[in-house]
Amino acid sequence: MKNEVDYIDLYYQMVQIRRMEEKAAELYQQGKIGGFLHLYIGQEAVSTGLISARLPQDRVITAYRDHGVALNCGLGMNEIMAELLGKETGVSGGRGGSMHMADPSKNFWGGHAIVGSHLPIAAGLALGDQYKGNDSITICMFGDGATNIGYFHEALNLSKVWNLPVLWVCENNNYGMGTQVNKASAVLEIRQKAEGYAIPNSRVDGMDIMAVRRASLEAMEKVRSGNGPYLLEIITYRFRGHSMGDPERYRTSDEIKKWEEDDPIGNFRNYILSEKITTDKELNKIESQVEDDVVEAVRFAESSPEPSINELYKNTYYSDKEDQ
Amino acid sequence: MTRFTMREAISQALWEEMDRDPDVFIMGEEVGLWGGTYAVTKGFYNHFGAERVRDTPISESVIIGAAIGAALTGLRPIAELMTINFAFSAMDHIVNEAAKLHYMFNGQMVLPMVIRTVSGGGRQLGATHSQTPDAIFAHFPGLKVVAPGSPADAKGLLKSAIRSNDPIMFIEHATMYQVRDDVPDGDYTTPIGVSKIVREGEDITIVSYSKGLELSIKAADELTKDGINAEVIDLRTLRPLDMDPIIESFKKTNHAVVVEEGWKSFGVGSEISTRIYEDAFDYVDAPIKRVAQKEVPLPYNRTMEQSALPQIPDIISAAKEVLNG
Repeated sequence: MKNEVDYIDLYYQMVQIRRMEEKAAELYQQGKIGGFLHLYIGQEAVSTGLISARLPQDRVITAYRDHGVALNCGLGMNEIMAELLGKETGVSGGRGGSMHMADPSKNFWGGHAIVGSHLPIAAGLALGDQYKGNDSITICMFGDGATNIGYFHEALNLSKVWNLPVLWVCENNNYGMGTQVNKASAVLEIRQKAEGYAIPNSRVDGMDIMAVRRASLEAMEKVRSGNGPYLLEIITYRFRGHSMGDPERYRTSDEIKKWEEDDPIGNFRNYILSEKITTDKELNKIESQVEDDVVEAVRFAESSPEPSINELYKNTYYSDKEDQ
Repeated sequence: MTRFTMREAISQALWEEMDRDPDVFIMGEEVGLWGGTYAVTKGFYNHFGAERVRDTPISESVIIGAAIGAALTGLRPIAELMTINFAFSAMDHIVNEAAKLHYMFNGQMVLPMVIRTVSGGGRQLGATHSQTPDAIFAHFPGLKVVAPGSPADAKGLLKSAIRSNDPIMFIEHATMYQVRDDVPDGDYTTPIGVSKIVREGEDITIVSYSKGLELSIKAADELTKDGINAEVIDLRTLRPLDMDPIIESFKKTNHAVVVEEGWKSFGVGSEISTRIYEDAFDYVDAPIKRVAQKEVPLPYNRTMEQSALPQIPDIISAAKEVLNG
């Protein structure tokens, strides 16, 4: 089933991420979204291609740039938008915000905002499946910046020592906040770090969704067949700032422009049309469907109730439920 | 009732829970072949096997992080940190992940996990290996902190912790593994978040836990020679803190001393005494005194180390000062 590509659905998901986030940026500027807002725009092919290759029992965990991943994992745009607006109907009930979205029922395990901190947790998710003898793997996404913190190294090491079914996915967008890989990492190809732990690895163009999907299918197959961890490095670029309000002094507009010409959505559109998978008209239809989705998501989020202050303490402890 | 040491009681709790529930497993440094650096898991590896008694690399972040992940999948990991001093290497996972996930994701994530660790000085291990930073961990909502003062409580509380669906720091004391006392026979649990009067008295309330409790009971025995009858209360759990028996006792005695092995500043004594002032101010006959560790990194030299740690005479004189003004 996973070998049959639903091109239209993949295109739909990528456009959904793009338009949802453009709207989120607008709402942020209007002061309707608080805190930080890290946009995935430019990186849509990474998560969309990767998640399209997973099986439903596979667990996905990522960092704080999580709206796109959440959509790809099947969380609703309405509930994602509601979370951004801090509403009770949000995926995390308005308690998490942009950086902390999750839905374990869809095997999306967050949304973790301390750089690198979720890699050890991913090792544990994989350990849980290995312990139970499940045919599941854990897909752990993180940025290039996360490979410079100790957690990355502890987690990779343990995953190899225990032969854990985990796919490490480095989204290399060339910047950890505003610091370029060449100023922060001893090796420029992040995948080389996996060599130090004898973990097989490869590198793929993240602006080409079909290439991402092929590489992901291959890597997942290796992990699933009991070969232990694998590290996939996906080269990509974020078109927007690190988060809203990034002055972007660390890169030139020429550089951004050059990458924008390699737009993953434009690339995929061209591919679909050149392969005659569908027509321009059909793709336009999808785009207008997404416009409607976004309007509906904003309507849903804005009309949703705020969480009740009476529930401020709810879920501090699981045992509170037992006491009630 | 049978008399067991603290080590035996803790070991029994682990063994019985692993026997009872195949989802319970242990992971940590030297827990397997070595049998635990405090010999608590001696014999476990041979009986339960390498899958359930997992030796880890010296990687505290991933020990706690992987325990969190495994707990999220429904297992009940017991992650051992060889000493609480090493918990600082895992602080991010304890504080930013374990203590937060259930709340932050609106109850969607459940973490049935225990972090077992060893606190305390007095063994000439120098400043980095002798800390009693228990209070730090009690600062964070979302985490529970349990620190038993007797073998019976250690067993019952650890069983409760393993069966609980919340992340729990279970803090043992490095110099108490040989303490021997009555332990109930058979399977029993002791509730978390309930403090306990361990010695009744009417003149002064001494509040403590863990090692401080051992010292406080001995001090209370000494105080009877001077005709002072101290009521001693064991907190057993630092978070959630059960103040009811303390307030009730204080309303009777009108005097209190709080004893802890950690440093005084921002510590357990500060918390308990403030809560007494807040909730029972009208009953205060004299300022409450705190007995705690002197404010230095603990030195190696035995005499110096002992001089910095709270001792029985410190508790006795504090009690007398409170009573006599």
